[in-house]
Amino acid sequence: MPIKKQTIRDHTAEANLVTRRAFFAFLGVLVILAAMISNLYVLQIEKHDAFQTRSNTNRIKVVPVAPNRGLIYDRNGIILAENRPVFSLELIPEETADIEETLTQLQDLLAISDDEIKRFQRERKRQRRFKPVTVKSQLNEQDVAIFSANKHRFPGVSVEARLSRYYPYKELLTHALGYVAKINKKDLQKLEEAGQEENYAATFDIGKLGVERFHEDLLHGKVGYQQVEVNSASRIIRVLDVDPPTPGQDIILNIDVRLHEKAAELLGEQRGTIVISDTQTGGLLTLYSNPSYDPNLFVHGISSKNYSALLNSSSRPLINRATQGQYPPASTVKPLLGLLGLEQNIVTVDDEIRDGGRYRLPNVNHVWRDWKKWGHGKVNLTKAIEVSCDTYYYDLAYRTGIDKISSYMMEFGFGDFTGIDLFEESDANMPSRGWKRARFNEPWYIGDTIPVGIGQSFWTATPVQLAQAQNALINFGTRHIPQLIRGKRIGNQDIIDEPKTLRPIDIKNKTHWETVLDAMYGVVNREHGTAFRAFRSAPYVSAGKTGTAQLFSVAQDEKYDADKVADHLKDNAMYVGFAPYKAPRISIVVVLENAGGGSSNAAPIARKMMDYFFELYPLPEEHVYSEEEKEAVLEFTKE
Amino acid sequence: MRKFFNALHLDPWLLLGLLVLMSVGLVTIYSAGGQDIGLIQRQITRLGIALFGMFILAQVSPSFYRRISTYAFILGVAMLLAVLFFGEASKGAQRWLDLQVVRFQPSEIMKLAVPMMVAWYISKFDLPPKTKHIAIGFLLVCLPTVLIAKQPDLGTSLLIASSGIFALFLAGMRWRLILYVGILLGSFLPVMWFFLMEDYQKQRVLTFLTPESDPLGAGYHIIQSKIAIGSGGLQGKGWLQGTQSQLEFLPERHTDFIFAVFSEEFGLIGVLLLLILYLAIVARGLYIAIRAQDAYSKLLAGSITLTFFVYVFVNIGMVSGMLPVVGVPLPLISYGGTSMVTLLAGFGIIMSISTQKRLLSR
Repeated sequence: MPIKKQTIRDHTAEANLVTRRAFFAFLGVLVILAAMISNLYVLQIEKHDAFQTRSNTNRIKVVPVAPNRGLIYDRNGIILAENRPVFSLELIPEETADIEETLTQLQDLLAISDDEIKRFQRERKRQRRFKPVTVKSQLNEQDVAIFSANKHRFPGVSVEARLSRYYPYKELLTHALGYVAKINKKDLQKLEEAGQEENYAATFDIGKLGVERFHEDLLHGKVGYQQVEVNSASRIIRVLDVDPPTPGQDIILNIDVRLHEKAAELLGEQRGTIVISDTQTGGLLTLYSNPSYDPNLFVHGISSKNYSALLNSSSRPLINRATQGQYPPASTVKPLLGLLGLEQNIVTVDDEIRDGGRYRLPNVNHVWRDWKKWGHGKVNLTKAIEVSCDTYYYDLAYRTGIDKISSYMMEFGFGDFTGIDLFEESDANMPSRGWKRARFNEPWYIGDTIPVGIGQSFWTATPVQLAQAQNALINFGTRHIPQLIRGKRIGNQDIIDEPKTLRPIDIKNKTHWETVLDAMYGVVNREHGTAFRAFRSAPYVSAGKTGTAQLFSVAQDEKYDADKVADHLKDNAMYVGFAPYKAPRISIVVVLENAGGGSSNAAPIARKMMDYFFELYPLPEEHVYSEEEKEAVLEFTKE
Repeated sequence: MRKFFNALHLDPWLLLGLLVLMSVGLVTIYSAGGQDIGLIQRQITRLGIALFGMFILAQVSPSFYRRISTYAFILGVAMLLAVLFFGEASKGAQRWLDLQVVRFQPSEIMKLAVPMMVAWYISKFDLPPKTKHIAIGFLLVCLPTVLIAKQPDLGTSLLIASSGIFALFLAGMRWRLILYVGILLGSFLPVMWFFLMEDYQKQRVLTFLTPESDPLGAGYHIIQSKIAIGSGGLQGKGWLQGTQSQLEFLPERHTDFIFAVFSEEFGLIGVLLLLILYLAIVARGLYIAIRAQDAYSKLLAGSITLTFFVYVFVNIGMVSGMLPVVGVPLPLISYGGTSMVTLLAGFGIIMSISTQKRLLSR
């Protein structure tokens, strides 16, 4: 049957039909091809520029590059703050198949605490999936080695290095140097207000305290940029172009780290502070506050446990006692009060009083006692400084009045910020009528004035204020701003800043100033001087003044008994001094909290600091005295 | 020379076109696959197997294919049913049949079995076919198409449907009937949308219409692909220099989206050369169809050739944003074994038709 059918088929016609149809099909193919080509023409030629741009925005990213933070050196070029590479373990969630499993395995491999895992999980929720999240910061070299050997087991996990601040002297310089730590929301807000957020786009840390905070602008530098090619996972494939960052300025401080070492050694467990400044410039060679703490703890985020321990410690290590400690200046300001008396013609050098150990005002029942129960007998201004006679100054204060005291002491900087290059500074308090009215809404009583004569009664000062005031006295009224920064280091060259001066104090009569300074000389070098014993046989000639600040009011007719008073109410021992006497180079302020008398506690420490200073910076021959020469001087002054 | 190829039952021009295409494919895969030499070795192995299969199939005479057409079709449908009931699921689709020894997709067999079956059935009768025969022909096409669409594998069902329809078209299906069928299919689209298409397939169509609405999600593929093609420009970025592909912005670079890699690196000039190459192969295939001895051979060769072009059109159309995303590889260029074997098997049959002619005919 089929054969029969086939015989009558018109094969030629059929073949022609199929050929025609194939031809049509080919036409169709050509039409479709033309459509495809025109579509591709639109994409590749007409819209080429737009797609080229989109392709570039896909792959080219401009990333900011953080500048290296400027280094900080001490005055002798010893590095105090440096940048060290730190390694951190980072994980990119998108590239890690099973995050929980990876973490468990990492924990088996490296010491990763549950706290760190928690922190990671918190951070991970805030980040986008393709951004690296830190699993563990501060890997040690061993950790890095262990991980590197096992890297293949952990896709998406890597060790990243960046520079981080390190303070090799740890707690020795914290209150002066401060520290940097991770930029937080508040910092960001401030940076935005200052229009600095772009400059900090790649920066991790910012100065939070001390010099690091005050000189942030110098130390930070200027952000750079690099144009990089990234892949779809935002990993940098190669760098196309670089606009390098400008590194931060290296700076030199006036600090001599060896003096800090000595100060820490001398203070030991004792709460207190030692400030040594250059009398000629106001530069601070020592600004040590005890107790201190390790600033490195803060750089990588201090644990809340460690932080609350610091915060709640009864010895208050977070306070910078040198600039924030507000202490009654006590007898250390007697030379200044004496100067005031002379300059304002309230007393003369020769005026004498008879001190019987008690001071009374007419028609007032209250009795003000001298520290020496039976008094010092006949006392003039010089002797009153040398033996630290209280009665003399009760009387001087009474006769001067609070207004003159207040305004004259303010000229020396009391009650005001010194302008030290630290934000952590207190202006303390120089009392006045106005102040008392504002503070307590009470009038100023005569009785308030009397203890001002011995640096008590609402009067407080920071040790840096005391240093600044003493330098003004030594320099006959010339005043400097105490500075930690000494200059900049550019290449191998140190460029020293000019000292910053303030408006000088008017001098009425230069001999008044010399009289007071001579009395301070007597404190140290005359046998009845309160610091005589502490400075006996020192190889240099210094001058100074002791102070013992009462923190506890003894009731009338009661005796102060150190054993019966709680520790934190015991007297502060203080000493201010300078050396060499003839050509002063340094001045020192020592404050020891609740340590007792200034002459027996603070002066010996000041002596040891000065000894050490002159060991490090020996005096020229003419200022070094032998024992015999000093004896001769003593003989001479006794007359 | 001609004798030599005839003795081997190979068509030299077609073979040359295929080999050039495969070489272009290897070069592009090398770039798209991140210069992985292992990838190239595996692909060469597959090409070798597929070429060998083509060579074997070219040795078989067209009359043998005609005789086994029915059996191949019935076997294929049976296996499709088996897949539906016992098949192995992979990536949410049930396409594989595990016969212990070999694991394969029965739908691949249907790519050849359907045109064979339709060609056989239509060529039994006088050409042009009667409407009744056309209707039966459509039914023969529909059955496997629906079964494969159910797996679901839209791309393959589309290719299979077109291979059958091309056979009917070449056989001389009347233009008016073609118009009616076109209208019918057009009105069938809403039915497909609401009753046959899976959610993900609908999503693909929606994404095709508005890719920029979800640039990081569903629209990502097509947007990145268009960026790659567009940024290639006239001359391209150069081999191994395509940033979209080398930096991995482009998904499925060495498989379905390899055309985007090719256009990015070789530009419109490269694309035109590639399309000319495809056109040459299609032209040669149709020439062989025209020159074939009997209706069955003509219809089969023409249908396989045109289906080959559908691959090209659907793939490039999808990658360049003309068509919705349908999983069809760029023939002989995309990385992958299954489609390669089927495609070259088809060309094996075409070569058999081209070289094995009985001296006495008519």
